[in-house]
Amino acid sequence: MSEAISREPPKQLLLGYGNPGRRDDGLGPAAAARIAQMEWSGVAVVDPYQLSIEDALDITAHDIIWFVDATRTGPEPFELRRLAAKETIEFDSHNLDPATLLALAMLYFGRAPEAWLLGVRGYEFDFSEGLSQRARANLDLAVALLAHNISERMGTPR
Amino acid sequence: MSVVETKQVPRKIVIDPVTRVEGHGKVTIRLNDAGDVEDARFHVVEFRGFERFIQGRPYWEVPVIIQRLCGICPVSHHLAAAKAMDQIAGVDAITPTAEKLRRLMHYGQLLQSNALHIFHLSSPDLLFGFSAPVERRNIVAVLERYPEIGKWAIFIRKFGQEVIKATGGKKIHPTSAIPGGVNQNLDIESRDSLRKDVDQILSWCMQALERLKEAISEREAQHRDFAYFESSYMSLVRADGVMDLYDGVLRAIDSNGQIIFDGVAPSSYQDQLIEEVRSWTYMKFPHIRSLGREHGWYRVGPLAQINCAASIDTPLAEAERRIFMASGAGRPVHSTLAYHWARLICLIHSAEKIREFLFDDDLQGTDLLVNGTTRRGVGISCIEAPRGTLIHHYEVDGNDQVTRANLIVSTTSNNEALNRAVRSVARDYLSGHDITEALLNHVEVAIRAYDPCLSCATHALGQMPLVVTVEDAQGAVLAQRTKQ
Repeated sequence: MSEAISREPPKQLLLGYGNPGRRDDGLGPAAAARIAQMEWSGVAVVDPYQLSIEDALDITAHDIIWFVDATRTGPEPFELRRLAAKETIEFDSHNLDPATLLALAMLYFGRAPEAWLLGVRGYEFDFSEGLSQRARANLDLAVALLAHNISERMGTPR
Repeated sequence: MSVVETKQVPRKIVIDPVTRVEGHGKVTIRLNDAGDVEDARFHVVEFRGFERFIQGRPYWEVPVIIQRLCGICPVSHHLAAAKAMDQIAGVDAITPTAEKLRRLMHYGQLLQSNALHIFHLSSPDLLFGFSAPVERRNIVAVLERYPEIGKWAIFIRKFGQEVIKATGGKKIHPTSAIPGGVNQNLDIESRDSLRKDVDQILSWCMQALERLKEAISEREAQHRDFAYFESSYMSLVRADGVMDLYDGVLRAIDSNGQIIFDGVAPSSYQDQLIEEVRSWTYMKFPHIRSLGREHGWYRVGPLAQINCAASIDTPLAEAERRIFMASGAGRPVHSTLAYHWARLICLIHSAEKIREFLFDDDLQGTDLLVNGTTRRGVGISCIEAPRGTLIHHYEVDGNDQVTRANLIVSTTSNNEALNRAVRSVARDYLSGHDITEALLNHVEVAIRAYDPCLSCATHALGQMPLVVTVEDAQGAVLAQRTKQ
């Protein structure tokens, strides 16, 4: 007997992380703020400075995860890629890779949902507030893509 | 994955000002003409940029803004800044409710940060031994073999975050500590919710310590001797010498446990400490003024917090402190890996203090704020952050704007110790010019004991690699290896 398909839309979580006090490092929280303004039902948005292990709890409570972070190198205006769980060990506690977070979610709670990482290219990371002009342009394009992908999934049965 | 790169053509290293601040950890091992390890340095973050960032800000904004320094221990900066700004606001003593609320928030921070370090960062090394293959030494392998540790890690940390949220208004970056007090008390609903869980949290902390002690007994010599060196220590203590991680006076002891200075008010820190600049790093090297630059360096953090305290005012942590100190046979405990043992005792102490405050009715008081009478131009505070003594020093002008800030963070104080730990590992494990997997692993283990704050306040995409370089006596690169 086939399993019944839920008609509820998938629960989505956007984790836009980074530090707005370091210029373009605030791209993740800026994207989070823009998506939060859309006030979509079934879409949770958080904007921590850094990822941490207890985020695994939130992750397992959702069906689709959108990680949004700034990049200092790589494609412009952004790069979107599917994430797979990965095991790592760091030398300090100030870094947690989103792929490692997925691995923790799987191990702690037996579930790692579908996850995507959107790396938005930034340019200025000094101690100051406000995105650079080029980063703002990249943000606009990134948010447009996010909004499209999130809204498209809202109509997708789980 | 590690990338091995052996340089055929000698060249000098150019340290880019950005990458030395953040982006990756950098270790340089310098050999002498005989090919032996002459020196080793761990290049760590500096905070001058952030100090400039807050210049010109109104002083009352600083306790919130300063948290952008670190996503892991923002509460320590929040509270240190608030304590300094109390002085700027002309407040000598805040109300009991405000003081206890801040303390509760602080112990929530210590709990969650120390838990993150112990369970997530260090448990693979401690439980498997750091000679174990690297593919087995990670948190996932730990959780496969010790699934309860995953539960402790997540839920102790989450509990600490809930304490911060209940006292600070927000889980990550609280806003409640303001010059002269706090802007909220602990509501009954939050208190009761936390009361339900606190005994379980304390029990897990105790179980974690027992598990660590078992691991130590299995590899006692390795635990004792790895990256061993003796040092002085500095920590805040209460005026009577009892452990106090929130407020008090500065105490420094030498490697034999003799007092170097004691009872020093945080506002007089410059009478005892001086910050030295060295040519190869932006970072300053604080040292004890009376002992000079060669002998005045010291360690801070959990090992210092335990070594410096005459006792602890919570029973479970005090019992464990006595066992810990007995391992030093009347002298301070100096082992690098003893940081982890000490950190767990501090974790237990934090859980006990949280429980104490959750049953203190003062936290539901409404006397939250004191208005100062005379504005002052200087505010200086100390707090024991999870990684050690944190000093905030501000000067504010007549327009209420910050004109100067000086922060001595714990990683700065541990700078010399980190170098010595890496040097010790290099001397023991470097063979020829090859940067072996074993050397890389052991360097990481030594660094992890101190958990330096390298990437504070920024988190551009990607992991932080550790780059280890071996140079000859002239500074030419002989080998370089990157652990991704």
